[in-house]
Amino acid sequence: MKRRALIGTVLAAPFIARAQPAPRVVVVGGGFGGATAARFLRRADARIEVVLVEPNSTFVACPFSNEVIAGERDIAAQLFGYRGVAMSGVRVVQSTVTAIHPDRRSVAFGDNLLPYDRLILSPGIDIAWNALPGYDEAAAERMPHAWKAGEQTLLLRRQLEAMPDGGVVVMCSPANPYRCPPGPYERASLIAYYLKTQKPHSKMIVLDSKDVFSKQKLFQAAWKALYPDHLEWVSLSDGGRVTRIDPATNTFETDFGSHKADVANVIPPQRAGAIATAAGVADRTGWCPIDPVTFESKLQPNVHVIGDAAIAGAMPKSAFAANAQAKVCADAVAALLAGNAPEEPRLINTCYSLVAPGDAISIAGVYRPVNGQLADIEGAGGSTPLNATTEQRAKEAEYADAWFQTITRETFG
Amino acid sequence: MKAGSVVALTALLGGAAPPPGASSCSGCHGGVTPIPVLAGRNAADIVAALDAFRAGSKPATVMDRIAKGFSHDEMVAIAAWWEQQ
Repeated sequence: MKRRALIGTVLAAPFIARAQPAPRVVVVGGGFGGATAARFLRRADARIEVVLVEPNSTFVACPFSNEVIAGERDIAAQLFGYRGVAMSGVRVVQSTVTAIHPDRRSVAFGDNLLPYDRLILSPGIDIAWNALPGYDEAAAERMPHAWKAGEQTLLLRRQLEAMPDGGVVVMCSPANPYRCPPGPYERASLIAYYLKTQKPHSKMIVLDSKDVFSKQKLFQAAWKALYPDHLEWVSLSDGGRVTRIDPATNTFETDFGSHKADVANVIPPQRAGAIATAAGVADRTGWCPIDPVTFESKLQPNVHVIGDAAIAGAMPKSAFAANAQAKVCADAVAALLAGNAPEEPRLINTCYSLVAPGDAISIAGVYRPVNGQLADIEGAGGSTPLNATTEQRAKEAEYADAWFQTITRETFG
Repeated sequence: MKAGSVVALTALLGGAAPPPGASSCSGCHGGVTPIPVLAGRNAADIVAALDAFRAGSKPATVMDRIAKGFSHDEMVAIAAWWEQQ
């Protein structure tokens, strides 16, 4: 019996190896995480069949979209298609996934099922509608969030252009976690720049649900130097937490009073893209716990989650992080499909923020898995020095631009 | 591992998976931009630059902060891999 089984195994093994179809990885979501993962899977092992599913034919990049809002950049510079991804040998499917069945290892498009060996989800964020009372999809048409780039970005831009000089722009910034931690403060800076240079009797007010935020000292020093009359930041402790939005009157309500805006920008609470919840990979926080070596979901086997949707420990929700995670995840998935153990990774993040056109600050970090989480490597990373010279800050702005060119080319081809 | 073994290591790395940390670099290094390309660059030069960034002896914007996250041996492995790309 034992001998027969052994012979059977020996005879069957080469046959199975030959007859087995190529492993298939389905990637859902074509942003900085998903498109990068799809391309790098093909690069890691060309035997893997890679299918990228993305509902939109054009991706609108969030990094630098704050410059579009401030009138310093054309939205055309934010648009990327999927031709380069397809040319990397990825099958690009422009469609919406309606369900995911981890138990059957299948992605559903209505009644049609697409089986996978491994699935990579990179769905980005969804707005948690009504988590901030009064802020629903209809309210966003009047008080844009512009936290997913595209029509919302242009709507906020148009509102700023239409606002008479002397107007008040009010933004609210959410509690952690959310996409792009320094993003609200870069946006506030650039809107203040627009007001100072184009509508000098106007003012920007930021109502914050936090007392501390990314690159805070650098931003506050820049605001004091550049926008003393045009930008006011109200911290949580000073009553900045917004408790209700009233779209009928363009008003933000806080525990301490209300702020009526001429132009309102609501940066609302967020969660992982809805498909993550449907797949059962999001926990009660609305975000997705993952293994820090493979980015495999802690809730569903063979499903990996990268980018803003993932709970990546000390790594922020940024385009750089999503791209770095995608490359690590692609290598890990290729290793797992080949029956090898993935190596423990190191990941890097770098985020630039403009405080004015041509004047940037940055934060960087290096990360490794510690006790099941991605943790900061101590002694590494940190922000631009507070005493950085004008030349250094100009160089950071130049590097920010270079980073965008490079990362979008790596992601989209 | 010392810098002298970089040459021996690079010979093995043609199509190998990147060592820990290496795949993050191309987020910035890779385009036709002021940021230098790493692919095909001499590994010993990359290690020398990283060591200097880590020591704070080379002017930097973000690389001094990033280099502090890696040991010399990790940098040697990363540099050797990039040379082969």
